[in-house]
Amino acid sequence: MSLKGAGYIVGAYEHPTRRATDKSVALLHTECAKGALEDAGLTKDDIDGYFCAGDAPGLGPLSMVDYMNLRCRHVDSTDVGGSSYQVAVGHALESIAAGRCSIALITLAGRPRSEGMATGTATRAGNVAQPDVQFEYPYGPTVVNMYAMCAARHMYEYGTTSEQLAWIKVAASHHAQHNPHAMLRDVVTVEDVVKSPMVSTPLHRLDCCVISDGGGALIVAKPEIAKSLKRPLVKVIGVGEGPKGQMGGDVDLTYSGARWSGPPAWEMSGVKPSDIKYASIYDSFTITVLMQLEDLGFCEKGQGGKFVSDGNLISGVGKLPFNTDGGGLCSNHPANRGGITKIIEAVRQLRGEAHPSVQVKNCNLALAHGTGGSLGTRHCGSTVILERE
Amino acid sequence: MAYVQRKISFAGAPDTNPETKPFWDACAAGKFLIRRCTSCKKAHWYPRGLCPFCFGTCAWEEGSGKGKIYSLSVMKRAEVPFAMAYVELAEGPKMMTNIVDCDLDALKIGQDVKLKFVPTEGGPPVPMFTPV
Repeated sequence: MSLKGAGYIVGAYEHPTRRATDKSVALLHTECAKGALEDAGLTKDDIDGYFCAGDAPGLGPLSMVDYMNLRCRHVDSTDVGGSSYQVAVGHALESIAAGRCSIALITLAGRPRSEGMATGTATRAGNVAQPDVQFEYPYGPTVVNMYAMCAARHMYEYGTTSEQLAWIKVAASHHAQHNPHAMLRDVVTVEDVVKSPMVSTPLHRLDCCVISDGGGALIVAKPEIAKSLKRPLVKVIGVGEGPKGQMGGDVDLTYSGARWSGPPAWEMSGVKPSDIKYASIYDSFTITVLMQLEDLGFCEKGQGGKFVSDGNLISGVGKLPFNTDGGGLCSNHPANRGGITKIIEAVRQLRGEAHPSVQVKNCNLALAHGTGGSLGTRHCGSTVILERE
Repeated sequence: MAYVQRKISFAGAPDTNPETKPFWDACAAGKFLIRRCTSCKKAHWYPRGLCPFCFGTCAWEEGSGKGKIYSLSVMKRAEVPFAMAYVELAEGPKMMTNIVDCDLDALKIGQDVKLKFVPTEGGPPVPMFTPV
């Protein structure tokens, strides 16, 4: 049974806050839920399925279903870091197709900025029962040095340069200047990026995403309900997920889980990379974008550096407009998880509701891809392909 | 620049994990063990009870301590800068480690390295590497 078209994204909401010192994480989740319901033209009592991930406080769905006082027939709390929300869309399609729910709510929220979290540069021991911890923690793994090792290997194997990676940040900054909520709205140049302080070689400060508070929510509904609402129809036509680890020691840092999450999504959708008018690509770091573009088939492996150069990702300039809200590199990265905002901007583009300066003309096909966890150790790629009907 | 060794913390106590205790006991005795499958004969990393390639049973063996840098990142934004790396061991698997006791800015992917144990605070010494 194909899941193609089993559900539509009928509601999408991104919290405008970037610093939420006055709100709890549970309240942020709930404000996002309320925003997405209003966007869809639905009410709280219409929800019968709830999806969240590791950013939801307490016992995830139990704590949040109780806090929001929902009555659900189905819950799911698959946690694959920042890529959880693309996975949640896929799992919502499965549960709708199986008759386990009709209207699914997905929420994300967090406040690492208010909490003063050194997201990228602090080593976290985590749970010592996690089997890898003893063999990794003493060496000082951080988010940034793990992604940096992927960049270093990509440069070694394919000749990718820091200037090429910088083009990704440049494109994001061109888009962010139009987003009043974006944390970084100044347009930057390749030179600005490569001259910014080195964090962990070869990644500079401006190769890294922002640390922000905030959140987002999505409502996925079955086709009959979507068609009864007044919003433009955004149909989910392809989903895929692909966890990738160190493969028993056969570590290969040159590709991401997108190599595995992309093919089932493309096959289900019946479309190909060259058909895509707009792409939201997870941008924890510039290297994340470059590797995902290759692994999703937008260019050949090793050609990512060339592909992203010279403004090819800038809306109105290049062939593949990406992250037109400014993405994680410039706008926000709520809860240190950027998956849901990737889907939200893709929905805006398909509805024609992106900022006029970055709106892609006749945008009928979009992709939103997430990479959660750590690219250099264990992570998940998750792909969603959307069509305006 | 003169090399400065940062302080290394250990996570958890080796005694609490029977699966990895032989490895850390060996480290404390100055021996670097790797784990190899008795069925498919392949060595793996990090050490596990059952082979991650075929779920076969495994045995410990002493590693050669030789390898080469597969990838590398010098963490500059740290109290004491350090070189994070994956080293490809002569036995095959790639392991996360640090490259120590050298000019960090001169390190290159592909470079030959050899084992060097570095003491930790609160745990056994951990296997790191230094240029040959």
